[in-house]
Amino acid sequence: MKQLIPKPLSLRDLTPARVSLTRTGVSLRTPEILDFSLCHAQARDAVYATLAIPSLLEALHQRQLETILVHSAAPDRPTYIRRPDLGRALAPESLERLQPAAGPIPRLTIILADGLSALATNRHAIELLDALLPKLQQFSLTPIVLAEQARVALGDPIGAALQPHLTLMLIGERPGLTSPDSLGAYITWNPIRNPRPNITDADRNCISNIRTEGLDYATAANRIAFLCREAQTRGLSGTALKEAADTAFPSNPESAVPAITS
Amino acid sequence: MPFAHTVAGTHYVFPTLADLLAKATPARSGDQLAGLAAESAQHRVAAQMALADLPLRHFLSDPIIPYETDEISRLILDTANTPKALTRLEPILSLTVGEFRDFLLSDNATPDRLADLAPVLMPEMAAAVSKLMRLQDLILVAAKIRVVTRFRTTIGLPGRLSTRLQPNHPTDDPQGIAASILDGLLLGSGDAVIGINPVSDNVNSVTTLLHLIDRARQRFEIPTQSCVLAHITTQMQAIEQGAPLDLLFQSIGGTELTNTSFGINLSLIEEAHQMAHSLNRATHPNPNILYFETGQGSALSANAHHNVDQQTIEARAYAVARAFNPMLVNSVVGFIGPEYLYDGKQILRAGLEDHLCGKLLGLPMGVDICYTNHAEADQDDMDTLLTTLGLAGVNFIMGVPGADDIMLHYQSTSFHDALYLRKLLNLRPAPEFEAWLQSNRHPELSIQSLLNA
Repeated sequence: MKQLIPKPLSLRDLTPARVSLTRTGVSLRTPEILDFSLCHAQARDAVYATLAIPSLLEALHQRQLETILVHSAAPDRPTYIRRPDLGRALAPESLERLQPAAGPIPRLTIILADGLSALATNRHAIELLDALLPKLQQFSLTPIVLAEQARVALGDPIGAALQPHLTLMLIGERPGLTSPDSLGAYITWNPIRNPRPNITDADRNCISNIRTEGLDYATAANRIAFLCREAQTRGLSGTALKEAADTAFPSNPESAVPAITS
Repeated sequence: MPFAHTVAGTHYVFPTLADLLAKATPARSGDQLAGLAAESAQHRVAAQMALADLPLRHFLSDPIIPYETDEISRLILDTANTPKALTRLEPILSLTVGEFRDFLLSDNATPDRLADLAPVLMPEMAAAVSKLMRLQDLILVAAKIRVVTRFRTTIGLPGRLSTRLQPNHPTDDPQGIAASILDGLLLGSGDAVIGINPVSDNVNSVTTLLHLIDRARQRFEIPTQSCVLAHITTQMQAIEQGAPLDLLFQSIGGTELTNTSFGINLSLIEEAHQMAHSLNRATHPNPNILYFETGQGSALSANAHHNVDQQTIEARAYAVARAFNPMLVNSVVGFIGPEYLYDGKQILRAGLEDHLCGKLLGLPMGVDICYTNHAEADQDDMDTLLTTLGLAGVNFIMGVPGADDIMLHYQSTSFHDALYLRKLLNLRPAPEFEAWLQSNRHPELSIQSLLNA
């Protein structure tokens, strides 16, 4: 193999990919191996992290927000990993806890869920809500739902039970090697469908990659609020709404990243 | 027709061939998720014993998904049931599945005889025999089979290992993609294809990225081929707009319903194949043009599995690939997730099964040796699969900067992993690409020249 050619421009300046790694023989040098191992370790720990329920509850109550705790039908993380179907269903005792909401319309249910990285929810959900709630004053909030062992579609039985007009799920995305704490936001209009269940991923809108090195809270809040308002105006969410959002925010390619949380 | 076997006083009944195949499959999470897996270890071995006694001829008359309802079943049976095909198959039809395993491992199964079977072998026969094989069998039989394909480079020759350079970027940024391409080319990667997974599946993105690769290829006279892995209909539109498309990509599955969920069918692939062929962009006459990706679990994920185990459906996807004489076929083995292949052990076995079944059907098999961060797997598991696939004679693997795909969020093999395998097993790149690496064009590479190409 030939020597690297001296380059005035560093490849690392052009991409977050792991280019220009140092080697010994054909193999990677020790610091490169250890860096990779650390990133993988952080991603693995994020997958097995749990929602910080006490501190999330405290933060929500400080903001005068009511809360309900629910659990999916997946009893633990290994089952959750193997059985995505259980992560999309409510545990029976959780279902009993959810009563149809009253109050002015349109009503919005916000769900904070662990998904595949509770780390993301623990780190970003409260600060994102602080940026977002002032923009959503046209909606009346049902209690905030904290959901453990949850997949994105757990929002549908939650919506069916609480009967809001819109659900917004903030959920930890599958960790990448350099993004263990990436939060996703999923918006679903009219989660009470008749006949149920007939909601698919094409009926949702997703804002992805909300984290310190990715989409910042203010930008994410703007995009989420836009989608919530448009969903209400048009009476729909999903593919049709995505086109409108892409026109309104053409410079935000994050929304096009495929959903990896469902 | 039910199948049955008695072991240790317990009589096990398998109502259908699909059930027998599922119960005989070495354990994996996807079959458990589907409710198809054996209920105990003994149950599984009983199924394997019953399967071992089943004559291969039986597969011709007992389609696991009805001929009338599935165009892949029709493709498979129509391929195997012609007089010429039956003449080729005749020597093995009287064998049981167990005897077929013994034949494949024997010296009677020469490369020529296996090549003669490949165009007509039913994928269910390949899947069945692989269920009775240990890893060393999967490796030893595959190592006898060479499948050689050509576009600008020649892939799959003995003593060669090629790579798909995979320079993905989270926003399709041309500079970022060019940086990863350069890094890969400097490390001897990219002789199978330079293939980008685009973030945006639209004609403009695809066309822009194809031009990016094509300008670099022409300026530095790089013997390789381009691909942007968008939906096949997006690529057809790009062709119509004059995009310089070399290899035509599509994900495929082993049931008609899976392919419907992908928005494709056999006639659409054929139509696109004709379009890409008419561009006449290859240097070799009669080039191979298609690049297919497959993976165990895709049918279940689309709720399109007809209660057939995921490995058998995967083998059926290879019958789809075989019909189009592809340049590259890639099993993205660990990508689909731990609900289908739970851990390193399951990914290892599936990777070697897919490689062998594809090779038995005469396909130019590569494997995306990979895992996601929610799977119970790590780099050690990838090293094991990488090394065993090298021994099995895999045609190509992925080359991703530092093994970290920053767009698709999973770990594959790095440029360095390919160099490790080439060094360890004394493997070389495709001959055209190897000559280029040694030419005076390779030292001219730089990021400025790539971006200004």
